Amino acid sequence: MVRPLGFLVGLGFITALVLAIFTTPLKNEPNVAYSFVKHPRHVKLASDGLVPHWDKAQLQRGMQVYKEVCSACHSLNLVAFRNIQDLGYTEGQVKTFAKGFQVPSVNPDTGEVATRDGLPSDHFPAPYANDVAARAANNNAIPPDLSLITKAREGGKDYIYSLLTGYQNPPANLPAELKPGTGLHYNPYFPNLNLAMAKPLADGQVTYADGTKASVDQMAKDVTAFLVWTAEPKLVKRVQVGWAVFFFLLIFTVLAYLSYRNIWADKMH
Amino acid sequence: MSFPWAKPYEPKHPLMKWMDEKLPIPRLVYNATGPGYPVPRNLNYFWNFGVLAGAALMIQIITGIVLAMHYAANTGVAFNSVEHIMRDVNAGWFIRYAHMNGASMFFIVVYLHIFRGLYYGSYKAPREMVWLLGVVIFLLMMATAFMGYVLPWGQMSFWGAQVITGFFSAIPLVGEPVRQWLLGGFVPDNATLNRFFSLHYLLPFVILGVIILHIWALHIPGSNNPTGIEVKDEQDTVPFHPYYTAKDGFGLGVFLLVFVALTFFSPNMLGHADNYIPANSLSTPAHIVPEWYFLPFYAILKAFTFNFLWIDAKLWGVIAMFASIALLFFLPWLDSSPVKSSTYRPLYRIFFWVLVADVLLLGWCGMQPAEQPWVILSQLGAIYYFAHFLVILPIVSRIERPLPMPNSITEAVLAKHAPDAASGPAAA
Repeated sequence: MVRPLGFLVGLGFITALVLAIFTTPLKNEPNVAYSFVKHPRHVKLASDGLVPHWDKAQLQRGMQVYKEVCSACHSLNLVAFRNIQDLGYTEGQVKTFAKGFQVPSVNPDTGEVATRDGLPSDHFPAPYANDVAARAANNNAIPPDLSLITKAREGGKDYIYSLLTGYQNPPANLPAELKPGTGLHYNPYFPNLNLAMAKPLADGQVTYADGTKASVDQMAKDVTAFLVWTAEPKLVKRVQVGWAVFFFLLIFTVLAYLSYRNIWADKMH
Repeated sequence: MSFPWAKPYEPKHPLMKWMDEKLPIPRLVYNATGPGYPVPRNLNYFWNFGVLAGAALMIQIITGIVLAMHYAANTGVAFNSVEHIMRDVNAGWFIRYAHMNGASMFFIVVYLHIFRGLYYGSYKAPREMVWLLGVVIFLLMMATAFMGYVLPWGQMSFWGAQVITGFFSAIPLVGEPVRQWLLGGFVPDNATLNRFFSLHYLLPFVILGVIILHIWALHIPGSNNPTGIEVKDEQDTVPFHPYYTAKDGFGLGVFLLVFVALTFFSPNMLGHADNYIPANSLSTPAHIVPEWYFLPFYAILKAFTFNFLWIDAKLWGVIAMFASIALLFFLPWLDSSPVKSSTYRPLYRIFFWVLVADVLLLGWCGMQPAEQPWVILSQLGAIYYFAHFLVILPIVSRIERPLPMPNSITEAVLAKHAPDAASGPAAA
């Protein structure tokens, strides 16, 4: 009974699928934008690969770029000032750094909305009070929070680096409907080709304390490295612990294999 | 519950004797996974995956319980509570990545376990009940994994929940009310997140219960083996302990090495970037794609693009997707060949490997956008999937002429080890 019924059910599905094949056009709708979107360029960082480390000088430079450029529009909600000790700052430096920010608060006497000096336990304050304000100030596009940005985009760090360095004039053969509209900017690394963010970096925009030349490429690399850290502050520790666990388990597995061979030595199988 | 030559449990220490009279748990363990459980001597490494699936479940339960201590199931804070685990909880990043990749490892070993069963005919009499319970476990795993993926409340969590619960709206007449009842609202929201968290915590223990039944049902006929020939006498078997405990120990080591490599060195490889964006009901991701372990079924769902008979394409897709798993319940009766192992089934063996390739193809197609050639490839893949189980298998099992089989497990083992077994006449 099962087999004839199954046969009929199978035939039903197969018929529906065969009809679907013959009714689905084999040609895709042409998508011109595809041919203009570029694949992200690879950026090599110290935190890559199987023996990663944090390049603290680079992370400090990257934080400077975030603070002086990106933070005008982008929040960094998940990062607390205390976290930047990872970048090589002392506790005192962190306190001073935090103090440089005003964070939302209430007046302890009157209960009125106020601000106070930042503490190491505070997170980086957001540039806008809320999403409506963020939209209103940015041509109706909310600047995304950057805490997780290198994990939250296809292409990760490569994408962020490519986007920051990828601003250019639209190619001459770009169809009119793909040309950037008012308030939009052409960037072939952005999936829609045109984005609301204007080219954020220009040569010499920041002055690095360590004397590194602040080219667009250098700043893009530095801030990308910083954003890799903000997305996963435990990345380096994770890989280091991973090797310890891996070698421990490797020894366990070798011993388990030898004991298996030993126990089965007298049994043909 | 076992073979007559199974070693009887004889407690020696007075404490163990006392225990045996009051609550014979040591006896149960001895007879189930100890020297009192005879197992075929010729099991290959594919028989490791049952134990590994059990280990994967235990890892999921332990890491999950710890995560639940720090996670908050509320749409306002769920996303940030996961990031709090990643950043501020001691070793939270490890627990969370282990749980996230543990789900993938669980599915990897379960898929290998299922295909082992398909290749060696482990679903056939006398083990139909083992297979049926296994399919139940598989369904429960899928439900659990889906609801777990919703908990971080990222973009893919939200839109995944939207798409999957949307399947129910394809049911005629009552579809939309059923969907709203499941979600507790018109779209996935706080009510959805809370019930998914509750069920995600409950279902693993239901799975554990069904696994106990799965093992119980297995221990009545005992394990199948690569020859598919049933155990005939004592020399066909070895005691589970120490023989298979040792082999499973080695298997567990290899499993953990792969698990560790994934968790520590590439924890986001199998995930989606979009799930690191907080859920936003106003912004649909460009490609809504489920986790990798659902992709073959997702491809079957998307393969139906034509309204046929009085059923529209969406409902066809939903029915077919559920049917593609439900048909596994009937497998022991669809395949009528008395020969279990593919080693002796020259024709079935070919179709088995085509099925493996087909499922991999469907998985690949499931990942792609709804464009050609992926649509037609998933349609062809789905045709083969249904044809394999519902048309080819019943016919093959009728017309196939099995290869000559050895008389017993021991004979097969001896033939394998005899010098020039294939050419020398002495081997016979």
